[in-house]
Amino acid sequence: MGSLAEPLPITAPDPMQPTPYRVVATHPESADVTTLSLVPVDAALPVALPGQFMTVWVFGVGEIPISVSRMGVAGEVLLTVRTVGRTSAAMVGSAVGDVMGLRGPFGTAWPVAAAAGRDIVVMAGGLGIAPLRMAIDALVAAQAGQVTVILGTREPAQLLFGADLDRWRAAGASVHVTVDAADRTWNGAVGTATAMLQRLGVHHDMAFVCGPEMMMTSGARAVIALGAQPHDVWVSLERNMHCGIGHCGRCQLGPHLLCRDGAVVRWDTVDELLEVRGR
Amino acid sequence: MQALAADGYRVVGPVERDGVIAYADLGSGDDLPTSVTVEQSPGRWRLHHDDSGHRFGWTPGADSWKQFVYPAHQEVLRIRRTDGSFVVTSPPPAAQPLAFIGARDCEVRAMAVLDRVVLDPLHPDPRYAQRRDGVFVVAVTCGVPAATCWCTSMGGGPQPAAGFDVRLTEVHDAVGHRLVAEAGSDRGAELLLRLEMGAATTDDLAAANGVARAAADGMPRRLDGAALPALLQGTDHHPNWEAVAERCLSCGNCTMVCPTCFCSTFSDHTGLTDDGSAPIETVREQDWASCFQLDHSTLGGHAVRATTKARYRQWLTHKLQTWTAQFGTTGCVGCGRCTTWCPAGIDIVHEAAVLAGLPTAAQPPNSQKGSSA
Repeated sequence: MGSLAEPLPITAPDPMQPTPYRVVATHPESADVTTLSLVPVDAALPVALPGQFMTVWVFGVGEIPISVSRMGVAGEVLLTVRTVGRTSAAMVGSAVGDVMGLRGPFGTAWPVAAAAGRDIVVMAGGLGIAPLRMAIDALVAAQAGQVTVILGTREPAQLLFGADLDRWRAAGASVHVTVDAADRTWNGAVGTATAMLQRLGVHHDMAFVCGPEMMMTSGARAVIALGAQPHDVWVSLERNMHCGIGHCGRCQLGPHLLCRDGAVVRWDTVDELLEVRGR
Repeated sequence: MQALAADGYRVVGPVERDGVIAYADLGSGDDLPTSVTVEQSPGRWRLHHDDSGHRFGWTPGADSWKQFVYPAHQEVLRIRRTDGSFVVTSPPPAAQPLAFIGARDCEVRAMAVLDRVVLDPLHPDPRYAQRRDGVFVVAVTCGVPAATCWCTSMGGGPQPAAGFDVRLTEVHDAVGHRLVAEAGSDRGAELLLRLEMGAATTDDLAAANGVARAAADGMPRRLDGAALPALLQGTDHHPNWEAVAERCLSCGNCTMVCPTCFCSTFSDHTGLTDDGSAPIETVREQDWASCFQLDHSTLGGHAVRATTKARYRQWLTHKLQTWTAQFGTTGCVGCGRCTTWCPAGIDIVHEAAVLAGLPTAAQPPNSQKGSSA
């Protein structure tokens, strides 16, 4: 611990200060999911890495953490959001020209570089595909080992990013889509993403898993059961990331401050904690 | 104090107020509590008077220095809507640097612990940094530990070893009643030289060290604090969590009096306008929060720690175990406030010892049944 008498210069900008971004396009993805394209009104925030999140502040409504769906050119940020509460509803309902305040990017990133030359499975549940988009882009661009993408979604109408799936397939990835509940339009697989992985029955060296906590738990275990090492499995955990900078203390999971040490964490550092109710 | 005030400092320190030791602005030495002793035990804090004339015979109350550098409520910034964008302004910085009179070793270390959290290199809090910058610390060696004290188990006390500008030790022996002052920094030395006090003799210094040694020997609670992070590993399902939860009120007092607890809430307040037009300004504020609040941690809109058991487990393991992984230092300085100010008299040393399987000299919980602080 340094001497208390040492001067402490203020070197960084205020991490609680939102930076103005303007909505330049809205892309409805499904009935309640929209991707917003935002560009900086003045200066841009740093470029988000795959899996990092930002906070979005809407005047008079609130501020919420949202994973970055994709980065465009000239500081463009794409955020995919589902209507859940007031702030997400305001985002989904926003119009071109609206200004919002962004902070970040915060947190850890998917270790894309570590996947070089290795077979990897990327498992996503529902909107969990959004924080994985940039990671899959990077994985297929690097043409490392075999890239397998498994996307599980509740029903066909909620399937997101169909154009991406086609593009990833064209780039050599093995892409599998499965739904919990089919309708008469659906000719594909039915069941969970984990069940799809088990049906494939293939060993992967590495895994990125993002979705509801229960889906990530079953998915991680299934990948490990097929031979992956627990330290090669990565998940993206969520709590109320209120400040994004580790100062509000709300997103703790044992030794992790998930806004700082996550959201992307190594499975073997959290599996036991997730077993404990109320941890 | 007058010299510090003349140098431009806002001088704050202990006062006797409403039956407790509080920290407040000081005018002169006459404002310091005199001939005051304090009795502490789990769930109990009582102030007594004697005729000793001692200035620092007391042990701290619920107040800590945290409230001056990391206030319970503060304005963070203002966001004002403009045509097509918004502008952000920060509140004006404090006009004066702070000088703390009478900080005990546990409190000096608590400031350093809080620094590690709020001034982390990646995202330092500029408001905290501004208040913390240049704080002049006049520390005091503890002569009489309270019954809830356990600083020596948590790597400190009772004599401040670092983090002060001036260290005072109150000595009352056959030679007389005096304050022995030692400098801990250049500006501390400069201040002491300016005051032209008599030079301390080697006997004075030996007597001061004797005060500290006697206080350390008399420390009522002992636990191997350095071993706690490892020993608390794997205790998630220990039956003692249920046992504590039966007594814990989930009130959050322990977190409010803790000098290192940093959890907080950020909230935006958008005011109505006089003329009914659309609001144009939001004030972002920060308030202390507590892991004992039901909505402290949520997942998908639901409380993560829905039971008192889960919340107490979070509090104790964060303080004594996971803080080390998060910030490279323990979260507890052994001041005993959480135990003293717990309305149910829950003793953190006793509970930690039970969980960690360690022997403890601590009294059993609720030994002061029927009393309240």
